[in-house]
Amino acid sequence: MFSRFFKLEWKKYFRSSYWQKGIALKIIMGFFALYMMASFLALGVGSFFIIRKTMPESDPLQVVNSYLLFAIVGDLIFRYLMQKMPVMEVKPLLILPIKKNKLVNYVLGKSMFSPFNIFSLFFYIPFAIVLMIENYSVSGAFAWLFSMIFITQCANFLNFIINKNNVAFWTLAVLLIGTIALQYFNIYDVSIHSQALFDAVFANPVLVLIPIGLMVILYNINYKILRQQLYLDDAVKVTVKEANTADLSWANRFGEMAPFVKNEIRLIWRNKRTKTVFLMSFAFVLYGLIFFTNPMYEEKMKGMLIFASLFITGGFVLNYGQFIPAWESAYYKMLMTQNISYRKYLETKWFLMSIMTAALFLLATPYIYYGVDKYLMIAAGALYNIGFNTLVLLYMGSFNRKQIDLNASGFGNTQGTSAKQFIVILPVLVIPIGLFYAFSIPFGFNAGITAIAGFGILGIVTKNYFMNIISKKYIKEKYAAIHAFDQKA
Amino acid sequence: MIHSKNITKKYGQTQVLNIEELEIPKGQSFGLVGNNGAGKTTFFNIILDLIRPTTGEISNHDVVVNKSEDWKSFTGSFIDETFLIGYLTAEEYFDFIGDLRGMNKADITNFLSQFEEIFNGEILGKKKYLRDLSKGNQKKAGIVAALLGNPQVVILDEPFANLDPTTQIRLKKMLKQLTENKEVTILISSHDLSHVTEVCERIVVLDKGNVVKDIETSKETLKELESYFAV
Repeated sequence: MFSRFFKLEWKKYFRSSYWQKGIALKIIMGFFALYMMASFLALGVGSFFIIRKTMPESDPLQVVNSYLLFAIVGDLIFRYLMQKMPVMEVKPLLILPIKKNKLVNYVLGKSMFSPFNIFSLFFYIPFAIVLMIENYSVSGAFAWLFSMIFITQCANFLNFIINKNNVAFWTLAVLLIGTIALQYFNIYDVSIHSQALFDAVFANPVLVLIPIGLMVILYNINYKILRQQLYLDDAVKVTVKEANTADLSWANRFGEMAPFVKNEIRLIWRNKRTKTVFLMSFAFVLYGLIFFTNPMYEEKMKGMLIFASLFITGGFVLNYGQFIPAWESAYYKMLMTQNISYRKYLETKWFLMSIMTAALFLLATPYIYYGVDKYLMIAAGALYNIGFNTLVLLYMGSFNRKQIDLNASGFGNTQGTSAKQFIVILPVLVIPIGLFYAFSIPFGFNAGITAIAGFGILGIVTKNYFMNIISKKYIKEKYAAIHAFDQKA
Repeated sequence: MIHSKNITKKYGQTQVLNIEELEIPKGQSFGLVGNNGAGKTTFFNIILDLIRPTTGEISNHDVVVNKSEDWKSFTGSFIDETFLIGYLTAEEYFDFIGDLRGMNKADITNFLSQFEEIFNGEILGKKKYLRDLSKGNQKKAGIVAALLGNPQVVILDEPFANLDPTTQIRLKKMLKQLTENKEVTILISSHDLSHVTEVCERIVVLDKGNVVKDIETSKETLKELESYFAV
């Protein structure tokens, strides 16, 4: 039975749509994954030496130990928010002649290998190895490592028990914030207990039996609960979210665009991926803090400041615009049979992107603190985003051929991405920086940003002309788009 | 009326559709029958200008469908659940489509009131997104949306599949009423021979993209079709 489950998992992994991507994307994502792994390994290996260097009078192991309790509670909160038991996957197996207790063990066993449990190992394992190399007791290091592994597993199973319970969540949150506050204001030192606890494991390797025992108990509790709930109307139930129908009649003032505007708002707000894009665009406003606070850019790399200025107001245009019209790939066919003028449809997208850019620009007003010149840069960037980038992204959108599943999660989701998304960087980010240098070197800073703003204004003035070209392009690409959006990613 | 001339569709070397000439007069209820892969959906998709034919052209009330988009204002259609916008509630979906067809809120509510029986209290006012409805209820929503705005031509692909028996009977009644005064043309496809023979006055059988039968429905039609498909 085990080997059958294992084969299923194997196929699931290697046949997932995740791998069915263009080779270029695979390479880029591969590099990214390697980079992430390398950074975690470096952190695990390096932290010992970093601590020894910065705090030469204390023992690095003890320093780490004193923070472990906080890490564990933090881990639990993170899991509460993100991790779910992989119980839906046994749904097709429920009707097969497999004993239920095997299915329960499968679900629970599978959860032990979830990325949530593997992640921290990238820190714990190298750290334990460094301990051994640095002449700490080998048995102690092993006991420490294994208690960490089993405590992680305990957190895994504890999370499933408390997962549907809001009280547990707030207790944890208050516990974490409370202890951190106590610690911070020197009222009560929690870290001493944390340190004492894990130092003890190191000194007495036998104590590793405690987390092991705890894990076994938690596993059994989970087993009992899940065994009783393995029914379609209980644990294996698809939870349906209640529709939230906000009144959008205020959008009626947009006349002919109104139905699209309303639909667009619902599209963004009711789907995970678009919602992430929307919320992320507010995070982009903070980009300036990285660049404006560092005098290095001011002196040597003004171009980077232009780049930052474009990003501050461009978060929505760039992230949302580049996947037009793939957001609507699921029902693109229907839209094409409706009484819609393409022009109106595209006009709505343009309108939405412009409004959002203007709103983000308003939010960016506090940057005036860093000087009027910075603010003017942001203003020029906003004009460029509205006038030029919207049109470029709409035009490039007619080449979008990748279907997007709106129900899939938002973070790190690359569905819909193709080489096109990398080509588009050129006009969107490189041209304004080029413009800036071309005008600012001979004529000074003001000429540089005026050029960028001028380009944007030119785009706004000639918008109608270009929108006509873009709508024609979309009509031409219609059949190819319909065909491509039919292919599930 | 719909006029189709020399329509063929090829994917690479395989020909999936080859219809020399087909005319569907205004007010006719037209049924398309055939096994899987016979080309029914392909034909409907070409009428709706969702795919291009390899040769030939189709005109819908004298509008050549891939030259002008004017046919959209008088054609309602539902092919499959990808025609639904999953993140909308049924009301919002009807509002959206009704809006595009020039109806106001009162028109839409008024129009929907005649479907209360069919909806059976499971579609309107349920606070559920379309993506969370059952297959049958999704189909009901899609079919009703296709009828919004008094279309002159209604195209429904497999309208009876997934529907409960009561709704099947009601839908048949509704489709018959629709063509009663010979104003509205309906095109439906189905695997269920008894349903199409009941609703349609004319039935065309497709096999591997070719028209193999074109019959006016009579009492014997069902027998004839059954003997044709019983191999």
